[in-house]
Amino acid sequence: MSVTSAAPSAPGFRLSQLIYDTRYRSTTIQIFALFAFMLAIGWLITNAAQNLAALGKDFDFSFLWNTAGYDVNQRLIEYSSQSTHGRAAILGIINTLVLALVGCVTATVLGILAGVARLSKNWIVARLMTVYVEGFRNVPVLIWIIIVVAVVNESLPQPRAYKDVETGAFVFTNRGAYMPEPLFSRGLGDLDLGLFKVSLDFVAFLIVLGGGVYAMRLIRRWANQKQAETGVRPANVGWIEAGVIVLPLAALLIALGFHLGYPELKGFNFAGGIFIRDSFLGLWIALSLYTGAFIAENVRAGIQAISKGQTEAAFALGIRPSRTMSLVVLPQAMRVIVPPLISQYLNLTKNTSLAIAVGYMDATGTLGGITLNQTGREMETLLLLMAFYLAISLVISLVMNVYNERIKLRER
Amino acid sequence: MSETHAETAFARKAPIAFVADGQIPASPPPSSAVGPVKWARDNLFSGPVNSILTLVSIAFIVLMAYEILPWFLDSSWAPAEMSLAGCRAEASGACFAVLVERFWQFFFGFYPAELHWRPTLAFLIVVVAIYPALFSSAPRQLLIVTALAPFACYWLVWGGSIWGPLAVLAAPVIGWAVSHYGGKPITAIVGEAFGPLVTLIVAVAAVLVWLLFLVSPVDEALYSIIPLGIEVVPSNKLGGFMLSLIIGLVGITGSLPLGIALALGRQSKLLIVKALSVGFIEAMRGVPLITLLFVASTLLNYFLPPGTNFDLILRVCIMVTLFASAYMAEVIRGGIAALPKGQYEAGDAMGLTYWQSMRLIILPQALKISIPNIVSTFIGLFKDTTLVIVIGLLDPLGLSSAIRANQAWNGIVWELYGFVALFFFIFCFGMSRYSQWLERRLRTDHR
Repeated sequence: MSVTSAAPSAPGFRLSQLIYDTRYRSTTIQIFALFAFMLAIGWLITNAAQNLAALGKDFDFSFLWNTAGYDVNQRLIEYSSQSTHGRAAILGIINTLVLALVGCVTATVLGILAGVARLSKNWIVARLMTVYVEGFRNVPVLIWIIIVVAVVNESLPQPRAYKDVETGAFVFTNRGAYMPEPLFSRGLGDLDLGLFKVSLDFVAFLIVLGGGVYAMRLIRRWANQKQAETGVRPANVGWIEAGVIVLPLAALLIALGFHLGYPELKGFNFAGGIFIRDSFLGLWIALSLYTGAFIAENVRAGIQAISKGQTEAAFALGIRPSRTMSLVVLPQAMRVIVPPLISQYLNLTKNTSLAIAVGYMDATGTLGGITLNQTGREMETLLLLMAFYLAISLVISLVMNVYNERIKLRER
Repeated sequence: MSETHAETAFARKAPIAFVADGQIPASPPPSSAVGPVKWARDNLFSGPVNSILTLVSIAFIVLMAYEILPWFLDSSWAPAEMSLAGCRAEASGACFAVLVERFWQFFFGFYPAELHWRPTLAFLIVVVAIYPALFSSAPRQLLIVTALAPFACYWLVWGGSIWGPLAVLAAPVIGWAVSHYGGKPITAIVGEAFGPLVTLIVAVAAVLVWLLFLVSPVDEALYSIIPLGIEVVPSNKLGGFMLSLIIGLVGITGSLPLGIALALGRQSKLLIVKALSVGFIEAMRGVPLITLLFVASTLLNYFLPPGTNFDLILRVCIMVTLFASAYMAEVIRGGIAALPKGQYEAGDAMGLTYWQSMRLIILPQALKISIPNIVSTFIGLFKDTTLVIVIGLLDPLGLSSAIRANQAWNGIVWELYGFVALFFFIFCFGMSRYSQWLERRLRTDHR
């Protein structure tokens, strides 16, 4: 070669290389970015310190151990107005999680039903579901929450309307709904864990249920093995599996003296039974319907993403339509459906913070609402609140990443 | 051949009664296989399950109509006494009188009635400004309106001296002037190598100094010389759909560029830039908007220099923009990640710089494939503007609560919330239809 790329005649390092030489430029940019970021954070913290000092405030979380002095209307752990702000916050967090949990379950059921129905060949059902999905997706969830709570409050009868009426197991009043509660006449009592109490009856129930499921899986494995060896499945395995779960549970419930406590009208209100508040009921229904509409779209997209050739191939192999759905289409569709489904769960959990608009005491209502206003510690309460939601969302993202990793298509 | 010919000839000569001399016309299909009956059989009653579903659905629709139609038909629009009791005395159905009475409040909040023309004009300017951004067939000259619209609308809605918006508008001019005329002297001072960079830094610094420290004195000085302005309307008078639209539009226009920047940051090879972007995006997406609104209303002032106190609506707009930009970043990142690696390599092979290949190759394609998700983020953002009720702003929902608390309208539900829901539905549904249209229009593959 006549033209050689002459090596730069080693001029030593020049300062301008920091900007014009691609070898150094990225480092320069990063150092500047970090410097600017530190500067901004420092500026914010200095300002905050100055402002707090000017107001005579400090940055201190000890208010969490002070008496809260306010009541919370839904208590799943022991709480009174004499409890601390910290306990009120925990109660709020529990209320948030309960609402999010039941909301996710019903939203999933609704969403799958609506998503499948929207693809139905039945013209009128498909149109109705389109109206449902579009109607809920295009209107703010807060409007739905307020409407549903208003409907519960204004269209359901007052408790005293049931005065001389025989009430059944379920009662719906404008203050909320009542349903039967499980009671144990020979109960085991509670286990005090310090922060809250756990019913030993419930623990015993879970242990027996877990044991039953474990036994059932052992039996199923044995039956599968038998079938693989001999080609004949042992008789009545299904019944044995069901019996292994149901019979011990029934024995436990009889031993504990299980019976249902029904709601009864005492004075102006109902007593007994499990009480579901109007605000909880409204939030639950509205969030489920709203998130269900989004999940329906995800389900529809997931099913439509599976190419028709998959179904046709399964039919060509002589697989029945129901088995085609469960063995061929759904396992593939799940890969498309689940990630957006989990982010819908995340959205629902974050939307539970709208509870503050209808007076349900979730974490935003206790920690970010009354505690904030009573103690005047905006910075500490809001930091805790955001940390709580951030923790939930990070846990959910973690679950999603693990799931995505497990179902990822293994290619080559 | 000849045989058939002979036959026809024969037939023509002497028709035989039992031989058909033409084709029998097709008989009409049985009535069960055509028309509405066939359609209903296929689509509504194709099996026992489907038939039951159809009947249940029809029963549901009939029930709904039975409940809702009388409510609509027996409605009261202008009763003698403007209250719920007045409505009930006149008709048993809906009481739309509340909408008649509070109509303008729903649109403008407590904005002075004689000044309603100002936000209306601002809205028209926004419509004209958005038009060229939405439809590429629009004349390009309209983009000038788009560039000027934010300043004009701010001035029209909040009022005050005209010199403030004009001074802000002068910032880009100043930046241009510094970089154009200051280039040579600066290069002479710092040397050839650093000239362009230092010029850029000086220009940006000049713009920042102008915006942060000089705009308001200049505004005041000019106003004292030439008092050109319109009546000031304080922020607490703003409300209704106007407020939702202001927050929504600011959020939408702000979150797209910010989201693109964050998405590029997250995809960047620079570790620190990437970590900062990821941290910001995850933190914003991990918390509910309500907590950020609380931050805007109670906490933001703590982090600013003592004595700063700026408008609540502006603070809310900033927070909503930051919140939406994190979602936007994730949507756009999805689009960028979906592009095949060959596109980047092609850009590199052409010798394009990072910014050139992003601007000319990557982003146009990435934005195109993320249109549906970008628009659904916009829709989500617009719906989320209703949350400002929790910090006491009078958006349509806040107004509805205020009206329900009023003695005269106590107990009214569906009329108010139905109206607000209809408003949001029209806007959000319109946006989603537009995105579908745009998707079809930008499709370049052969289908």
